[in-house]
Amino acid sequence: MSAAASADYEMVVGLEVHVQLKTRTKAFCGCSADFGAPPNTNVCPVCLALPGALPVLNQHAVELAVGAALALDCKVNATSVFARKNYFYPDLPKGYQISQYDRPLAEKGWLTIGELDDGTPVRVGITRVHMEEDAGKSVHDRYAGATAIDLNRAGVPLIEIVSEPDMRSAADAGAYLRLLKQILSYSGVSDVSMEAGSLRVDANVSARIRGTTELGTKTEVKNMNSFSAVERALDAEFARQVALLESGGTVTQQTMLWDGAKGETRPARSKEESHDYRYFPEPDLPPLVLDMEWVARVGRAIPELPDARRKRMIEDYEISAADAELLTASAGMSEYFEAVARASLDPKAALNWVMGEVSAAVNAAGVPIDEFPVRPADLAELLRMVREEVVSHTAAKRVFARMVETGKPAAQVAAEEGLQKVGDDAALVGWIDEVLLENPAEAARYRSGETKLQGVLVGLVMKKSKGRADPRKVNQLLPERARA
Amino acid sequence: MKSPPPRAPASAAKLLSRPLTECVASVREGAALPSDLVSAAFDRADDIGAGGESLNVFLATDRDRATGHAQELTALIGRAEAPGNLAGVPVAVKDNIATLNMPTTCGSRILEGYVSPFEATVVRRLRANGAVIIGKTNMDEFAMGSSTENSAYGPTRNPVDIRRVPGGSSGGSAAAVAGGIVRLALGSETGGSVRQPASFCGIVGVKPTYGRVSRYGLVAFGSSLDQVGVLARTVEDAAIGLEVIAGCDQFDSTSADVPVPRYELEKNAGLKGLVIGKPREYFPEGLNPRIAQECERALEAYRELGAKVREVSLPNTAYSIPVYYIVAPAEASSNLARFDGVRYGLRVPSERGLTGMYEATRARGFGPEVTRRILLGTYVLSAGYYDAYYKKAQSVRALIAQDFRDVFASGVDVLFTPTTPTPAFELGAVKDPYEMYLSDIFTASANLAGVPAMSIPIGGARGLPVGGQIIAPHFAESVMFRAAFGLERALAGELLPGEKSA
Ligand SMILES: [Zn+2]
Repeated sequence: MSAAASADYEMVVGLEVHVQLKTRTKAFCGCSADFGAPPNTNVCPVCLALPGALPVLNQHAVELAVGAALALDCKVNATSVFARKNYFYPDLPKGYQISQYDRPLAEKGWLTIGELDDGTPVRVGITRVHMEEDAGKSVHDRYAGATAIDLNRAGVPLIEIVSEPDMRSAADAGAYLRLLKQILSYSGVSDVSMEAGSLRVDANVSARIRGTTELGTKTEVKNMNSFSAVERALDAEFARQVALLESGGTVTQQTMLWDGAKGETRPARSKEESHDYRYFPEPDLPPLVLDMEWVARVGRAIPELPDARRKRMIEDYEISAADAELLTASAGMSEYFEAVARASLDPKAALNWVMGEVSAAVNAAGVPIDEFPVRPADLAELLRMVREEVVSHTAAKRVFARMVETGKPAAQVAAEEGLQKVGDDAALVGWIDEVLLENPAEAARYRSGETKLQGVLVGLVMKKSKGRADPRKVNQLLPERARA
Repeated sequence: MKSPPPRAPASAAKLLSRPLTECVASVREGAALPSDLVSAAFDRADDIGAGGESLNVFLATDRDRATGHAQELTALIGRAEAPGNLAGVPVAVKDNIATLNMPTTCGSRILEGYVSPFEATVVRRLRANGAVIIGKTNMDEFAMGSSTENSAYGPTRNPVDIRRVPGGSSGGSAAAVAGGIVRLALGSETGGSVRQPASFCGIVGVKPTYGRVSRYGLVAFGSSLDQVGVLARTVEDAAIGLEVIAGCDQFDSTSADVPVPRYELEKNAGLKGLVIGKPREYFPEGLNPRIAQECERALEAYRELGAKVREVSLPNTAYSIPVYYIVAPAEASSNLARFDGVRYGLRVPSERGLTGMYEATRARGFGPEVTRRILLGTYVLSAGYYDAYYKKAQSVRALIAQDFRDVFASGVDVLFTPTTPTPAFELGAVKDPYEMYLSDIFTASANLAGVPAMSIPIGGARGLPVGGQIIAPHFAESVMFRAAFGLERALAGELLPGEKSA
């Protein structure tokens, strides 16, 4: 494929995202929805589909689904209908999945994924948000020659978020997914972890000649396990389709699997192909009728979303748009920052510390921010100690490191480690004299009038004192000790 | 070798032929022991050959467990604790209703040996009211049939005439009651499967309003049509039985939160002022003359006791069988998908991998009628046919339900019709599936509309029972029972004070 040919084509992408709702129990029974329990321990007659068992809808799942729909600016339907999606698969115990079909929970939302150079917002339409249940899991590598079935996930509540084919590049899709993940996390409806399987993405991709409006034949790409995999898969599938079209071929509507190792998409085996699902209204569940006042209350209870938080933080704390953008990448980080900023009354220092030391330590520890051992109040106390010159900036970093290790408060760590600033003349003089003695060449040049060496010598004193020396006093004392 | 269990005292055997209230009173007063009633039921079953080749009423019984339960009840009564409205009463349960520690096979090979680890709400309620479950009754496989000839475990025979079918699909439960083994049995209905066998066996069969009784633990056939119903010898027994099992259940989202009245209080309400609708579509030209004659006699009895009989019309009645045979198989094709050999029941291995295992298991596990309906249901739901069949059927179903609303809104209290177009037929006599489907022609509409309906014996035709059907508005079982009590009494030649003599 020539670069010119590729440039003649435009990628058209729509995404289907499955998100696990953060409920304690499953969608239609009282079993725990926890991840990682031993196989087939979170099961009951309902999720095992024993003869005679019936589903009962989890109200908390409805609340979270409505919250997600409202956070995505969707219109929530007063009446939605559960349907059966029929197909045979060993990890689908009922032989059908309870989902929503022609009357979904919510429709017609959108996400703003960025803006054009002229400031026009770039919006991706959200076709629908509907509720459904997860299937179980087939385990192929546990017993030789046999497949085991774990039904712990069977019946776990999901929402499916279907976008319009409004994205025009892999980067658009990436931006959409990151923003979607951010919003769902902020609104508290899901843990949105691709690793734990609580967020899964399928993509519909087609290629068309740039400037045309008609949609080309699309393929569905599955099996992508990270956002970067989605972007790479889209580019690969687009290239495949363009090459096909350029060579006079036609794209067939089919399911493609992303092979990350080979960096290519390949057609799914026929059993992974689309079925006739024979949807019909689920007769075991009445239509889901929502009180619209309750829906409004759920909407009011949604925590502040990233966009609003960015705007407010720029105003409240006088930080830059770029900093606000970085901080709000995660709900937890921005909440942490705000807590430190408010408690320390020093947003600037809070920003530096949270973006610097805190995020580095959190990343290194690999824990979520709400499990980070240094609480915002403790960090605010450390910032106050720096401001009041109880500890030097250098020492503060050592104090912080010990706080991360021990979880102890700042003042206690500083005292235990002897890291409070030392302003005592005798101690300072001792350190200065030692430095002059140990660095005779520099001391001589300094004495002979090379004053720019003052900084170097002060630095050495700070180092010798392990950051405890008060640098202001060292600067005062150094010239007279050099002369002595 | 185990010695045969001792026979129940004659008094207990006699008690089983008396009304439920007398059985329960005797037990509560200590005049009879629950274990004696249980023994009497098993003795009667042995005497009439219920277990063997002859009647084939039960798919499973457990005398030891039932006796143990009866002894627990005796202890309870000894401690003067409330033993419930069915204290000590032996009850038989259709085999598509989940029971702990007893098989639940739905009359199918595919569930051979399956023992449910949980219990249906209706069975829990029976036990909580002191009933003793003595066995699981034979049925048409997955409740698909009108004769109990479609059981994988052989047909049940009608105790009234053993050459004939007991009706279906609750034929085993109807035979258990008609044969005098139990006073009360649970059946289930999707298109008439309680009322039709009640009619064939000369007993009372009640299908409550959809949502009145929990379906939790009833193995689903057509979920939007299925209801658990009761089979009994008398209207009063049926009223007591229904009251025990009725009421909202948090485990069934389609069960209704509507208070349950005391149906047996309708016993003395009389018929004065009651308006009985006689739908002309249920009395077609060519209706079996003996059935037409018995129905006319019943309607005459109503008139004589002060009820008004009014001819009415339910114009969409003719569509009920076609609509039923689209909706019920559609739902069944989905409900029966879970029987795939993966988790429980039959599994037939295959060389051809997973798909081969599914195919072999289901081919061997399901009988011809079930297979026929799964195919039909799969077809009417498939892409391209959904609108023409399933969706169309649902809109006609709404019209059928509207017919009932209209006629009840016009001032009619209940409708009276024949229950079945013919009396019980001989085993093997009806071979064409479509002809068999017509057995439910007068009963299926009530399931499609969700209204309550019951069948009571109104007479006989050449020694075979004839049933009359009473249909009432949604959740108006009380008025249905009132009409049934009055008719039952009138046909027995008894009168309430103030009712004029015929
Ligand atoms: Zn469960």
